[in-house]
Amino acid sequence: MNMPFQDTKLHDCRDALTATLEELAAANSDIVAVCNDSVGSSKLGGFKAKFPDRLINVGIAEQNMVGVGAGLANGGKIPFVCAAAPFLTGRALEQIKADVAYSMTNVKLVGISSGMAYGELGPTHHSIEDFAWIRALPNVPVIAPADRIETAAAVRWAASYEGGCFLRLSRVGVPDLLPEDHVFEPGKANTLRDGRDVTIIANGVLSHRAMIAAALLAERGLSARVLNMASVRPIDEAAIVQAARETGAILTCEEHTIFGGLGSAVAEVVVETHPVPMKRLGVPGVFAHTASANALLDDFGMAPASIADSAAELVKRKG
Amino acid sequence: MDPHELRRIANRIRRRDLQAVFEAGAGHIGGEMSVIDLLTALYFHTMSVDPQDPKRDRLVLSKGHTALALYVTLAEKGFIPKDEISSFLKPHSRLNGHPNRVKVPGVETNTGPLGHGLPVGVGMAKAAQLNGDSWRTFVITGDGEMQEGSNWEAIMAAAQFKLDNLTLIIDHNRLQQGARLADTNNLAPLAPKLAAFGWAVEEIDGHDMEQICQALSPETVTRGKPKCIVAHTNKGQGISFMSDDVAWHHKVPNAEQYKQAMAELEEAAR
Repeated sequence: MNMPFQDTKLHDCRDALTATLEELAAANSDIVAVCNDSVGSSKLGGFKAKFPDRLINVGIAEQNMVGVGAGLANGGKIPFVCAAAPFLTGRALEQIKADVAYSMTNVKLVGISSGMAYGELGPTHHSIEDFAWIRALPNVPVIAPADRIETAAAVRWAASYEGGCFLRLSRVGVPDLLPEDHVFEPGKANTLRDGRDVTIIANGVLSHRAMIAAALLAERGLSARVLNMASVRPIDEAAIVQAARETGAILTCEEHTIFGGLGSAVAEVVVETHPVPMKRLGVPGVFAHTASANALLDDFGMAPASIADSAAELVKRKG
Repeated sequence: MDPHELRRIANRIRRRDLQAVFEAGAGHIGGEMSVIDLLTALYFHTMSVDPQDPKRDRLVLSKGHTALALYVTLAEKGFIPKDEISSFLKPHSRLNGHPNRVKVPGVETNTGPLGHGLPVGVGMAKAAQLNGDSWRTFVITGDGEMQEGSNWEAIMAAAQFKLDNLTLIIDHNRLQQGARLADTNNLAPLAPKLAAFGWAVEEIDGHDMEQICQALSPETVTRGKPKCIVAHTNKGQGISFMSDDVAWHHKVPNAEQYKQAMAELEEAAR
């Protein structure tokens, strides 16, 4: 499936989150939102106006926020716990482990402004470890949607899924990639573009960069497949094995440290099933320097032209 | 159920707990003995609890290391088979050292790391408040556990949300794992601190069944305020050589000590 850009307009995935949440909450009175003084940054103002009792703001207290979410779930509610990803996952990791994952509670963890979305605010506000942290826990699917359409689809899925999950959203504008009628399925990658010579696997804000890179590779006579892999756990093993077998090389791109994230998860499958040359693009195990979110991605080798260069290098390694 | 009968049940739970610790060769007997009267009053006097009923009252044992006392209470209540207690800590037993809601009927949330139960209790009470339901939420913490900052996050939220359907019971036995509370990070007196955070507070003798039942009764709830019961207890209560001795946090009695402890509890039962 070749999917050209539908338009070049950029969308903030948070708007898709809140619009979908408000729509679902209107139909189901058990849906509540929990936040940590983050009504504005989570864009929950509209939700609060429509359902004032069901917006539970615990103040700046993330451990309590996640515990409260677990308690609400115990009482039959469907809590969407929305907070800046670094604080939701870093500060409350033990609550996520014990109260959500181990207790198997129906808590929807929504990390806002994940990755390096906070750019110049620096590494304290970057969330580039969360794939690794949450992926290590049983019972919590880890999902990083690529655009507003996949965000809305993932929120719909989360509301209907009986169990905890982690949705990792950005605030950096991205163009539409997926068709309007897209239905999210955990553990299922989407082929955004088919190709023979190499596969680029990406998610979140990197998926559209991977698509541009594939177009650049085509100009160089190389055919790149692009897999959008929002679901980091469970991961689409079949799509990875198929990509390894059919294209013989895999490049991963993620707004995350290369230690333990999407690239690691893909590599685990590749080495155990069908070893082929691989390269992981991401934050190379450092705290980022001062720059905007998009500039940091460029600086860490994830400008579309750099992604294309890395892919071309991989093709050479196929031998 | 009258206090005399509650005391008989508590004594039975103490004996079964002691036996299970002795046989398993592990457990947290000091804190179990200090919390058993509170658990007994909650399960056999105060709470309306059927694990299948969504409108049941909830208990969260936040001091999850005393899981054995909860297991014995749940068995006494009929939620798990009484003879299953002998599987405590055995390979593949669902009765491990900290309670698991997925495996053990009657457990509401998995505890073990301290400072987790009260935030979850706040969420439960908030759910009931949103629905206009009358079921109540009870959380038991240890006093040393109140050193965890997450408790104070939850204490602030509960007062802000006016959760008068939430009761925190602090098992104030003055001892933590390795030393006295007073010698470690002394939170006492607890009552004025909770009061300053906007809670209704009552101090009781945590081994006096009449006082416990009275403090737990819905009539004593202050409208618009969460309630804290500071229960003054003794670690190792009921066994003379363990009582108020920090060494018995998780020590296991030898055969002679076991015999003496059991004899004391049997004597108290007469």
